[in-house]
Order: sequence, then structure tokens, then C-alpha cells
Amino acid sequence: MKILVPVKRVLDYNVKPRVKADGTGVDLANVKMSMNPFDEIAVEEAIRLREKGVATEVIVVSIGVPKAQDTLRTALAMGADRAILITAEGEVEPLAVAKLLKAVADEEQPGLVILGKQAIDDDSNQTGQMLAALTGWGQGTFASKVEVTGETVAVTREVDGGSETVSLKIPAIVTTDLRLNEPRYASLPNIMKAKSKPLANKTPADYGVDVAPRLATLKVSEPPVRSAGIKVADVDELVAKLKAMGVAA
Amino acid sequence: MSVLVWVEHDNASVKDATLAAVTAAGQLGEVHVLVAGKGAAAVADEAGRIAGVAKVLLADDAAYAHALAENVAPLIAGLMAGYDAFLAPATSHGKNIAPRVAALLDVAQISDILSVESADTFTRPIYAGNAIATVQSSDAKKVITVRGTAFGKADTTGGSAAVEAVTGAGDAGLSSFVGAEIATSERPELTAAKIIVSGGRALGSEEQFHAVIDPLADKLGAAVGASRAAVDAGYAPNDYQVGQTGKIVAPEVYVAIGISGAIQHLAGMKDSKTIIAINKDEDAPIFQVADIGLVGDLFKIVPELTEKL
Repeated sequence: MKILVPVKRVLDYNVKPRVKADGTGVDLANVKMSMNPFDEIAVEEAIRLREKGVATEVIVVSIGVPKAQDTLRTALAMGADRAILITAEGEVEPLAVAKLLKAVADEEQPGLVILGKQAIDDDSNQTGQMLAALTGWGQGTFASKVEVTGETVAVTREVDGGSETVSLKIPAIVTTDLRLNEPRYASLPNIMKAKSKPLANKTPADYGVDVAPRLATLKVSEPPVRSAGIKVADVDELVAKLKAMGVAA
Repeated sequence: MSVLVWVEHDNASVKDATLAAVTAAGQLGEVHVLVAGKGAAAVADEAGRIAGVAKVLLADDAAYAHALAENVAPLIAGLMAGYDAFLAPATSHGKNIAPRVAALLDVAQISDILSVESADTFTRPIYAGNAIATVQSSDAKKVITVRGTAFGKADTTGGSAAVEAVTGAGDAGLSSFVGAEIATSERPELTAAKIIVSGGRALGSEEQFHAVIDPLADKLGAAVGASRAAVDAGYAPNDYQVGQTGKIVAPEVYVAIGISGAIQHLAGMKDSKTIIAINKDEDAPIFQVADIGLVGDLFKIVPELTEKL
């Protein structure tokens, strides 16, 4: 069974996003970019399934600017077998990404597609569910545990108030939540080896997918700023404040 | 414009998050709601009493009992022939179902809206709420999820909508529900609580987390939350998590204990009315958003506070 893992190049999670002065977006010039953290978890899960003998090959795919190749090389250094880069300038919305992934899935026939549950730039949380709709497969979103048994996969999902488990027919879509695993670091020898792993270059036109956006971003602005309040000296003063607010009797 | 809202429920009662989605839907047009479940007639009656709801659609089928997206999304997509917009609360179930509906309809989804600017224009948070995007949809039908803390809750009384039975294809044969482990607690639910007491990594262990945080929460009748760092360290279960990747909350009072205030945590609580921070590091970023701050050792301060309240 092959596993397909889409990865996205995003602003590094440690970098504070800065809204551009002209209100057209967030400034991505000269800032550190990294693999979306949820996608790292997806890559890790796929590699673990291959190491367990459940999967035979892990294929990573990224849709984005030519620089997204770096993100794919990171995934290859972690242990993925080969990569596909679909080069597209500008923002590609989740629906268009899902259509491209559907086309890749048609070609590659994976048993599982494991995706991050959301990208930390647009916070959409859509692509996996959309891909599931387009392929007509089951979806195990926000996974904290994935167990493949024969032709089914049991996915334990993080839901409001706890967790639930669903059983899906393979092929299926899984999206990762934080606690699924802890991604490994790529070792230096593996980073060197990753440079010679196969990476195919494609464009949306190769798959016949129209990636024109459906949403127009009219403006990007700073959120309302909270100003710092006061500091109290001790517990008694805090208790007095709470009582004044009516929080405590 | 006619709008269909997916009702989140447990086959017994309507979940609160639905009420904010009804409010958002009311800003777009006439609101109909869909109750898809098994044995959910009581939920449909309850939904019909929500102020502003003009009609309730009830799809009662075992396939819809657990809100499996594979079964519910085609039902909704079918019903959308008669509607201009579909709204769901941005809860874990809403977020699971809505994009599947959007793709079936071949429309872009607008996630987690904060406001309705016009029939096709909405604001939504990006980058963990560090930026707010105003987006305009060019799709004929809109698919939207609604951030519960950004809209007022519709009144649970005042409506008298009729209930109409609808049917869909039922079981898509792709997935089945195995079981759930939902934590039961005497405390209020995080997203509905008026007061939240939240603990961070500084609590040091699961035992200390509960020993310090729980008594204060009980004293205040508060829900218990946690930072991602505390959850990652195993001090608190994941469903306690407040932040970009956890729950978004906006209570009257948010008490952050031993939480430094990472961007991803602030994204989940900075709309709280009053923020109180207790932290030993006076330079912790949490103090930049806190209304009331107290610098010191939480292991001394919190028990003393609990006792004096």
C-alpha cells in the first residue's frame, strides 16, 4: 500500500506574523519558512506505517512556489521515498489543492492519504475533508491514533469533550492532530541522501485543474489590540478586585 | 436569501454552538435548520423554538446518529438545491462535515467567520488570529463555519417553526462509528463557561495541575483549561486545550496560571472580557494582554487565593 502525504510550506510557527502596511496580506519576505507542523506529523505517521510493514512507499506532494521543494526535501530527509512538486504561483485555495490531490491520487492509487488537519497560515481546516468528498472515500479527521487492519483503518479522533473512534474502508483520508506522534528530526546523513531521492516537477495544467481562486481577499488587517492592564501586589489585592467585579462573593 | 444551518446535537438536545450559527445565519436571510440524527425528534422540537428559525428539517436515520461526515454531507448537499448558504458551527463536528459539503457543491468554504459584512463578504482570522482577513466569495452558494465566540447566541425560546421530515441516501458505506470517550465533568463546558481557570507548563506535573487548578475552579464554578504546552507535557487531557489548535474561548473571566502566553495560546483566549494572569516571570507575554496581573510563585499564590475567595 502506498501512502500519499501532502505538505505545505508556511511561515515558521515561531515567527510572529506581521501584517503588511498596505493591508494586502502577511509579510513573507525574508522570514523563515518551514513545513506546516501538522504536515510533519502526517509525514511521521506515514513513515511509521512503512516501518511497521503496513505501507510500502511514502510519496510526498507539495503545491506552491518553487521554494516548496525545500519542504519536500525535508520530508524526504525524514524518510519519505519520493516527491512531487506542483508549482503554482499565488495562493491556491483548499478546494483547488484538493482537486490537484485527487488527480495525484488517481495516478498513484494510494491506500491512505494522510494530511495535516490545518495549515497554520490560513487556518482553513478544509483540504482533507474536501479531498475525501472528491475521491468518495471515508475521512478520519483530527486523528490521535491510526490503526490499519487488513482493508480497514480505525481512526481515533479528537472531538469536543473527548475522543471518538471511527472505522473506515481503505482507501481513506486521515488528517492529523497534535498528539498523533512526535515527528523525528532528519539526521545529517539522511539530509544528504534526500538530495538524490526522486522529485517530479509538475504544474496544475498537467492535471487539468483550474486553480483560480473563488475567494477574493479584500483586506488583511491587524486584530484589535488588547492593552496591558494593571499589576496587583498580592493575593489580597487580587481578591478585592475579583470581589469588585462580582466574580467572588 | 435562504440559509440552512446544521444543528449540532447528541440526539437529545441542541448544543450551544448552534445558537451562534443561527445568529450569523439570521444576518444573511431566512433561517432553516437541519437536525440529522437518530431518534432526534425532541432535538427538532427544541430547534424549532430557537428565535429566528423559520423551519426545521428532520432527517431521522441510524446513518445520521453519530454525525458521520460521509453520510451527513451528501444529505446536506442534496438539500442545498433549495438554499443559498450553508452554515455550521466551527466545532469539531462542524469542521469535519462542512468542507465535505463544500467540495460536493464545488464551492470554496469560508472557515471560522467572525462577522458578516454583506451577503458575500465576511471576516475571518488567519495566522492564529494574528491577522484578520476580509474575504469576498464569488461562489453562487456559500458554505461557512461560524466561530461561536464571535456571535451572540440566539434565544432558545420565541420560535415556533414547523418540523418537516426529509430523507437522504443514508449510509454511504464508507465509515462506521466504533465508540466515543467523552469526559464527563461536573464543571461547565469550556466553550460555554463564564469563568475559566487555565493552567500551563509551570504546573510541573499532572498531579500538581489538578491539586492547584481544580480547587480554584471549583470555588469559582469555573471550567478548567490548559495551554498546549501543558497538554503536550501530559498534565491535562487534550480537550482542555485552549488555543489555535484547541478551543477558542471568550469567557467573562479567564484566569491564566503559569501560562507564558505563546501566540498560539493567546489566539484562543484573547477575546475574553477580563484576563487575569499569575506567573512568576514578570516579562511573560501573558502580562501584555492581562487586565490584572500578579507576579509570583503560583504554588503559593493559587492556594492562598482559593482559600481567601
